[in-house]
Amino acid sequence: MDPSTDTTTIIQNVAYLVASVLFIRGLKGLTHPRTAVRGNLMGSLAMLIAIVATLWGGGVVSWTWIVVGLALGSVVGLVMALKVPMTGMPQMVAIFNGLGGAASFLVAGAELTIVMAAVHVTGEAAEASESATHVGLSTQLLVATALSGLIGAVTLTGSLIAFAKLAEMKITIGGKKYWMSSSICLPGRHAINLFTALAAVGLCAAVVMNPTTAMWYWLLVIVAAALGVLITLSIGGADMPVVIALLNSYSGLAACATGFVINNNVLIVAGSLVGASGLILTGIMCKAMNRSLANVMFATMGASSSDGPSADDVYEGKVKSTSADEIAMLLEDAQRVMIVPGYGMAVSQAQHTVRDLANVLEARGTTVEFAIHPVAGRMPGHMNVLLAEADVPYDKLLEMDAVNPTLDTVDVALVIGANDVVNPVALTDPDSPIAGMPIIEINKSRTVVVIKRSLSPGFAGIPNPLFAEDKTLMFFNDGKKAFMELIAAVKEL
Amino acid sequence: METDLVGLLTILMLAIFVGFEIITKVPPTLHTPLMSGSNAISGIAVVGALVAAGADKGAFPTALGTIAITLAMVNVVGGFVVSHRMLAMFRKK
Repeated sequence: MDPSTDTTTIIQNVAYLVASVLFIRGLKGLTHPRTAVRGNLMGSLAMLIAIVATLWGGGVVSWTWIVVGLALGSVVGLVMALKVPMTGMPQMVAIFNGLGGAASFLVAGAELTIVMAAVHVTGEAAEASESATHVGLSTQLLVATALSGLIGAVTLTGSLIAFAKLAEMKITIGGKKYWMSSSICLPGRHAINLFTALAAVGLCAAVVMNPTTAMWYWLLVIVAAALGVLITLSIGGADMPVVIALLNSYSGLAACATGFVINNNVLIVAGSLVGASGLILTGIMCKAMNRSLANVMFATMGASSSDGPSADDVYEGKVKSTSADEIAMLLEDAQRVMIVPGYGMAVSQAQHTVRDLANVLEARGTTVEFAIHPVAGRMPGHMNVLLAEADVPYDKLLEMDAVNPTLDTVDVALVIGANDVVNPVALTDPDSPIAGMPIIEINKSRTVVVIKRSLSPGFAGIPNPLFAEDKTLMFFNDGKKAFMELIAAVKEL
Repeated sequence: METDLVGLLTILMLAIFVGFEIITKVPPTLHTPLMSGSNAISGIAVVGALVAAGADKGAFPTALGTIAITLAMVNVVGGFVVSHRMLAMFRKK
């Protein structure tokens, strides 16, 4: 190796080191809203440095396709990112995630092909090709390639299914329409999943044991892609926060595995940061539902609603319906108002109207705050983003653990589009499907107003005794319309 | 470049620990931008894609590399831009 190449490699590796440090600093910036914008910019700078260092550091001899790929990808990404409304954010995150996974397994496949060809050349012509002598088809390369193919392909198709679910797409099978967001269970799915998973593991072994052909690798990619579809298909809408966080983690792990394929530190560092981040979010989401990851992935929620008390037993003669005027009078006397948003707020796109009511009340001297359950919505932090978009300051968005001990000082609570996350059964009935799930204990407040179209159950498929409590008033209405009527009623006072 | 598996594994372990330390401190308010931002970071595979597409080692690897660059860049640019859009909305009273 001549000295100039050596220096180039050193400088390139130093640039990768700088990029790694900036990735870490960037994520650290995300620990506070004040520094978060800068943190994100640091992350993008790190990416730019890594790309420039790669292009500059040699190894690139033909530029045409690189320029095409860079330009096309950047433009598409930019347009998508600028056009997506905040309500479409969950599915956008899902699709980006999938593309990252796809890129990882494609790189691993390309590297495998290149190295195999180089080894072939060496074997035939006894010509010491650079990649063959230095890397060769080591076990490390083969194992990492197999992992990259497996995780990357699962990430791609899993994310695409998650996208379809989050975008509320419908599919038609045999003349019948199905919501993608419902839990779609194929007959014998556990057996099918197990078989596919075992086949994928077997193919990983085949990749490692057959360093002469890339065929096993592409077979592995196909089977892993099927596996990604199968395991995501049966997961219902309200469990999406877990799935999307887990796929987020996978996309990082796939990049990490690809780092071992091409012996690149910055891929390993960046990939494991993302992997760790996704795993932590997955853990937080599971804890917020008091369910294990295995339970979320393999059990079906909402199927066994026949065991508990029926809706009639719980609601019969106890549910009180109310009107906008009556709520307005309650709000007039209230000092502290707590709003509990759920996925229903996102569906009716009520966040701006909710903010308007909060502003009207605050102008009258009432304290208005928001209590946010970790799994409210369809992805981690979903409610926070929607309310931030509506210009609600983030210090008004309170976390469940912080708000629960103070709820007895709340005069009026407004629950909009949330159900299971405020269901007291979680704390009282150990046999309930949501038993042990931490909830926002909104029934501690003096009066609870629930804004909901009907008494229909939430994702867990069980009735909610909160609706039948003495202190609870039901305002049967669409979320956005309800808040518009409330604003009008409060202004008339 | 010599293959130093133990060195790479050392980096892996340290990075995972750093990741866990930092991410546990991210408040729930920022969980969505954290996901989209870390998502963008997972597009780092673009580094490998650039080498695959530009090394001129045959049509197949070049094609794979080019597709990978495109997909990774959608992920990178899209991820950082949506994160920026979201983070810019978070304000204190």
